[in-house]
Amino acid sequence: MTSLTVFYTTLFYFATLVLIGGVAYRIYEYSRTPAPLKIPTTPAPTSNAGVVVRMAREVVLFESLFKSNKWIWIFGWLFHVGLAVVLLRHVRYFQEPAWFWVEFIQPFGKYASFIMVAGLAGLWARRFLVDRVRYISTPSDHLMLALLVAIGLSGMMMTFVSHTDIVALKAFMLGLMTFDFQPMPADGVLMVHLGLVALLMIIFPISKLLHAPGIFFSPTRNQADNPREQRHLAPWAAALERNKS
Amino acid sequence: MAGPQFEVPTLTEYTEVPKIREGAMSHLKSFVAAETSQSYLGYPHQLPADWKERALDRMGQVLEKFRSVRVFMDACVHCGACTDKCHYFLGTADPNNMPVARQELMRKVYRRYFTLPGKIAPWLVGAEDLTEETLGKWYNYYHQCSECRRCSVYCPYGIDTAEITMAGREILNYVGIGQKYSSEILVKVQKIGNNLGLPGPALEDTLAGLEEDIEADTGVPVKMPLNVKGAEILLVTPSADFFSEPHVESLIGYAKVFHAAGVSWTLSTHASEAGNFGLFNGNYETMRNVAMRIRDAALELGVKRIIVGECGHAWRVAYAYWNTLTGIGWGGDDPFAKQLRDQLDMRYPQPMHICEYTWDLIEKGALKFDKSLNDDRVITFHDSCNVARGSRMGDEPGGQFTIPRNIIRAVANHYQDMAAETIGEGTFCCGGGGGMLTDDLIEARVKGALPRMNAYNNVVRSDGVNFLALICAICKAQFTKVLPYYGFDRNSVGGVHQLVSTAIKLD
Repeated sequence: MTSLTVFYTTLFYFATLVLIGGVAYRIYEYSRTPAPLKIPTTPAPTSNAGVVVRMAREVVLFESLFKSNKWIWIFGWLFHVGLAVVLLRHVRYFQEPAWFWVEFIQPFGKYASFIMVAGLAGLWARRFLVDRVRYISTPSDHLMLALLVAIGLSGMMMTFVSHTDIVALKAFMLGLMTFDFQPMPADGVLMVHLGLVALLMIIFPISKLLHAPGIFFSPTRNQADNPREQRHLAPWAAALERNKS
Repeated sequence: MAGPQFEVPTLTEYTEVPKIREGAMSHLKSFVAAETSQSYLGYPHQLPADWKERALDRMGQVLEKFRSVRVFMDACVHCGACTDKCHYFLGTADPNNMPVARQELMRKVYRRYFTLPGKIAPWLVGAEDLTEETLGKWYNYYHQCSECRRCSVYCPYGIDTAEITMAGREILNYVGIGQKYSSEILVKVQKIGNNLGLPGPALEDTLAGLEEDIEADTGVPVKMPLNVKGAEILLVTPSADFFSEPHVESLIGYAKVFHAAGVSWTLSTHASEAGNFGLFNGNYETMRNVAMRIRDAALELGVKRIIVGECGHAWRVAYAYWNTLTGIGWGGDDPFAKQLRDQLDMRYPQPMHICEYTWDLIEKGALKFDKSLNDDRVITFHDSCNVARGSRMGDEPGGQFTIPRNIIRAVANHYQDMAAETIGEGTFCCGGGGGMLTDDLIEARVKGALPRMNAYNNVVRSDGVNFLALICAICKAQFTKVLPYYGFDRNSVGGVHQLVSTAIKLD
């Protein structure tokens, strides 16, 4: 194996471990931290089924953001939808043969990258143009956008400008999954693309990307509005009751 | 009124989003609490030598006990959706009054001491050391937040700055920097039974006086019972209702409704306060101690129902927290909850809002009104923030908006809503809630009222509105004080049950 293959093989195992382990740990942390009081932002659904619907609308449609600011909503939603379609298109690099729907969305996935990058560009522009958003932007906010744009552009380069050896890449990826290691193609653009993706995976559990698991644990959105009907008591608060009263 | 020491904003048709002005409100500090009240609450009253360890220690505990704070610290992406949603930002242009920036005051410290990137590369992620200067900023800006939750409606992750403000105030208290106003009130309510420090005999006199007034006015002997054992209903209401104007007019309204319904009811000296400033300070134990007075009074008096008067944050605590804190409500199977549950009347929600009670009677046709008695009033309704976004009335989501309006329409002929984006779940806070109803914060209160005043001004001019109806003691006191700054008559504020009181027919 070339040192290039060794490097990328190690990198991807490491990044995958950090991503899965890190996010799992965060989810564990969030789920084990109690929400001692009922704090849904009302009006809120009164049943758990209603909460599922509310959460789905937030996650799929970004409903609260839509209420808030149409510019952020359009850029943010386009970016996320574009990213989702692009990611689904990439499933084909991890399976042989690919599922029907994965083949089906290939053309959409290719052009979704434009939507994704356009959304990112819009979000980035706001960090310069809107004085309030400029004030709250940190260097890491800019770097995060730069990283995502660079991943998008390097991917688009390979799709639309200088094709990489897709067969060799797929062999490399399948090899990672079956521990039957294959050479990593020595293509500069591909190396950049995969390196940045690995970086994104590594910083995911220690950055604001935690908004993705976080929203599911947000008490203002995931609680049913039924405090008069059901007694809601956190374990530490129940202990208080036993000790004092 | 002496002239204000600051510029009162001018009213405009729409509330414009200002360009940020850094430090515009950095001079405004609420008075700091003294030793007596702080030590009663179990806090130091000045910065201890080990303040930094204490603050970080408490922050760690809050992060472990409150999922809200834990998730909200991580989830923000600085998208900017909340930046133009806070009334204090809209009224002052100080960027630290943007919800995200207010949260960021704490998030900077969280990142520095509780996250890996903040420990190794603070400059990159906007992490900062905890210094005395940081505490100063916290004190300043966590007392320019009324915990109204408007930002939480618009945040794509539901981040509620109120939770951060509460945590901030709690940590500040732990290092001896308490707010005089809230701290002293929390002592009074626990020692005497209400926030105003009105002792039992004074309350008795006040109620007797009110009974005489009502009888002189209407010829009907409407009673205001106090500490009556075996009464069916315990009314818990903000103590301002006992002698502040216009609050007392609503108290008279409740009494008339109970009289017309022919029900036995009582007030309690021990629980002569619905407000719970424990909410404002974010200390669960304090909030629980304050709420326990209601449970104790209910058990002692043997009442079947608990009804809460017109009060915003109080209704949030009653509706959303009482069941948790004190077992007032249904669904608890533990002995603590059962003890009270077995006493209460299963047919009703517990606790119940006075508006739910009155509207229920109106729907049943049990109350009669002469609507024309309110004809000199053209009314609009201000949704109080914590009723709107932290509670509910009735069985359906949004009942907190429809029920008070239904009552107003049932007792008066002229009603006009303010602009849709300024009411309902998007309602603007009065500017005085969440522990800010104190004269040392008058500048923030006046400026923070701007978005509401703009919306009110529009219906005053276009529809001749002359009455701002409310269901919150703090809103009533705040508007009574602030309306004159904007050129309105302070007497144009009043409770929904003041309108009920005017129109109700008594036998």
